[in-house]
Amino acid sequence: MTDAATPWSGYAPVAAWDEAMDVHGEVREPYRRVYDELERMSREDLTARAEALASTYLAQGVTFDHAGEERPFPLDIVPRVIGSDEWDIISPGVAQRVRTLEAFLADVYGSQRCVTDGVVPRKLIATSQYFYRAVAGVEPANGVRVHVSGIDLVRDSQGIWRVLEDNVRVPSGVSYVLSNRRAMSQMFPELYGAMGIRPVLEYSRRLRAALAKSAPEGVHDPTVVVLTPGVYNSAYYEHSLLARTMGVELVEGRDLETVNGHVFMRTTAGRRRVDVIYRRVDDDFLDPVKFRPNSSLGAPGLINAARLGNVTIANAVGNGVADDKLIYTYMPDLTRYYLGEEPILPNVDTWRLEEPEAREEVLDRLEELVVKPVDGAGGKGVLIGPNASRAQLAEARATIQRDPRGWIAQPVIQLSTVPTLTEDGLEPRHVDLRPFAINDGEEQWVLPGGLTRVALERGQLIVNSSQGGGSKDTWVLGGARQWRRHRAPVEGRIELSGMASVPQSSHPEDVAAGQQQQQQQQQQHRQAPGATEGTSC
Amino acid sequence: MLSRIAESLFWIGRYVERADNTARLLDVHLNVLLEDPWVDEPSANASLLNVMNVSFEPDAVLTQRDVLATLAYDPEQLSSIAGSLMAARENARRAREVISTEVWHSLNTTRMELRRWTGGHRRPHEYFDWVRERTAVTRGLASATTSRDDVWNFLELGRSLERADMIARLLMTRSLDGTTGPDWTTLLRTCSAHEAYLRTVRALVVEERAAEFILIDRYFPRSIAYNLNMAEEFLTRIEGEERNRTLAGRAQLALGRARTTLEYSPVREVLDDLRNQMQAVQQACATASDLIRDRYFLPDATVAWNQEAL
Repeated sequence: MTDAATPWSGYAPVAAWDEAMDVHGEVREPYRRVYDELERMSREDLTARAEALASTYLAQGVTFDHAGEERPFPLDIVPRVIGSDEWDIISPGVAQRVRTLEAFLADVYGSQRCVTDGVVPRKLIATSQYFYRAVAGVEPANGVRVHVSGIDLVRDSQGIWRVLEDNVRVPSGVSYVLSNRRAMSQMFPELYGAMGIRPVLEYSRRLRAALAKSAPEGVHDPTVVVLTPGVYNSAYYEHSLLARTMGVELVEGRDLETVNGHVFMRTTAGRRRVDVIYRRVDDDFLDPVKFRPNSSLGAPGLINAARLGNVTIANAVGNGVADDKLIYTYMPDLTRYYLGEEPILPNVDTWRLEEPEAREEVLDRLEELVVKPVDGAGGKGVLIGPNASRAQLAEARATIQRDPRGWIAQPVIQLSTVPTLTEDGLEPRHVDLRPFAINDGEEQWVLPGGLTRVALERGQLIVNSSQGGGSKDTWVLGGARQWRRHRAPVEGRIELSGMASVPQSSHPEDVAAGQQQQQQQQQQHRQAPGATEGTSC
Repeated sequence: MLSRIAESLFWIGRYVERADNTARLLDVHLNVLLEDPWVDEPSANASLLNVMNVSFEPDAVLTQRDVLATLAYDPEQLSSIAGSLMAARENARRAREVISTEVWHSLNTTRMELRRWTGGHRRPHEYFDWVRERTAVTRGLASATTSRDDVWNFLELGRSLERADMIARLLMTRSLDGTTGPDWTTLLRTCSAHEAYLRTVRALVVEERAAEFILIDRYFPRSIAYNLNMAEEFLTRIEGEERNRTLAGRAQLALGRARTTLEYSPVREVLDDLRNQMQAVQQACATASDLIRDRYFLPDATVAWNQEAL
């Protein structure tokens, strides 16, 4: 640490929980190897690698649209490491959350038992703008509505993982997990091999399998497609990556048509039946018959086909009712109610502003709280009290009083920090984590790691990429050990040593041993008798 | 395959080939301007733009610089090298999930490096070399990484069609206004055909033999007839089992007629009427392209949706 040139010099945790270093400046166990590796490098080395990383992303087209311009998706060079023991809490916690959300959605669009039993007020569901009567009573083929979910987690100043938000409509970002991993494993091959990081590559295979399982009954070899709004959508890269790695067609609304309650795509060989649509188009745009009549992103008649059970839409329409931020406040109760289990991952404390006492308290302490719209995404409309101006606070007060159903309040959470490369070397920056879960009806599989988003500016707590955030590759330890435990049985191993190898053939004139040498010798021999003879050749 | 994707593939094939051939064609043109002592530069330039079907001010005095700005560097112009490369990449982005990662990388990095060349407008010959190399890399990667299914068929259909069309345009530069045009040795070299010609014909370059070689040689991949034939072949493969037992598709008819006209006419006759003959080839390619679009890319009927219809 005495050498001023190591990237670590000057690194000191701030008020929040730092995942790499404790308050005494000791490196935490999971980060040991990463720390050592980076310490061996100079600052210039590290910056050079970071630049190489950005240029590979540009070449691969891993970009996002920012104000109409294609930019490389920012990936920080320092990985985030999650210990095996922490993952053993996160993974079952996320799976439990998904089971709760599934149960809740099945109930909301079914008999609404949770309302009759008084767990959730009826008003809450009736006033949610994402509750669609159009899909009430639709029973999905294998009972799954949340095929893919992204449960946003944060780590508070005590190091406790908490759920910040559920995303069960069209959670995005998984493509960055896959491409971050590819880029980082090429950048740090030694580290990557030595640390036993759990792989993420099987995501696409799992997703495809889960989608195939959700096909309408009686379809044996279902045709799965990914539905994208089109090439100008900011997540187009992700849509095409998923379609490519699953080996399915990427369709736009105009490629689809519905005939007699069945969905088809237009191909060069005529119409082809579509059984499962993994849609990346919002509910309202899916079907101009049922929702926005002017939408050209979906296909007319889609919802009807789904109602008839001829096509599966994943994720199901109407899921938005479950990831509403007000429903979020009931999630711990719902876990107990549906599953009879204690929630593994706690929520962040939240005030419901439609309750008068809560509202009063919040309005009193607005300057120390965070206020969020209940249906917001991408960090839009979020007001962080301590950073807000007087005028902003006054405006927020008025908005809350006008529409209390539309807002919730939370204490300012000091998100945990992770070392991040900045212009001044490594500095702690706030991060969150979005693990992705795939539900195939039998198992809720959680992708080891997930998308870590990092706020690149000092002290900034909003990490969304639309707000200038970056990402990190997330390494969950414990992969190699597992692999060693499940070693292939002896008889299954291929015995390379006993096999005779087949010689690689080549042009006979090139292999004829020593022939070339002989020719050269001959030439020399011929030239040897005298320079006079040589000139005549 | 999705019609929309097929259309993108078809155009990737065409644009990549167009960039390559436009680079070849401009290279020759710059040489002619340098070497022909009696050249009337503005009319030669105007005539070239006309061959490439690019509009220009009728009274403008066109310099070499103008020609390059339009046909080499203009990113908006789909007849220019830069425009074709950009468009190829945009189409690849749309069809990203069906083309291989290698091909995508190649097209994407080409577009990024393009800025380096189009910024200063200098050293056009190096630029042309670079374009020929990049397009060759892209084609090579496509050939090495694409399954020979409809993805390949549509890419190659576009490529063969464009190549036939562009060689026809190149031969039209023989009869540009204001210049005697490039000689046949130069034209052979431009098509990378000089060595192949010498080996096949075993004679010095004479007009008739050289013309025959570029027009109708059955084995050389840059002769017009060879490419028209390939386009017909790929159309047949795309048709697959749907194929009508007696009638070839209308696109094949257009291409086959253009090819046989060249093959079964005395070469002298074609040479004496080169301009019209070459225009007929381009016309056939355009007709075929339209027919392919109507048959494979357009939806049966566009569904216009409005709520009142309920």
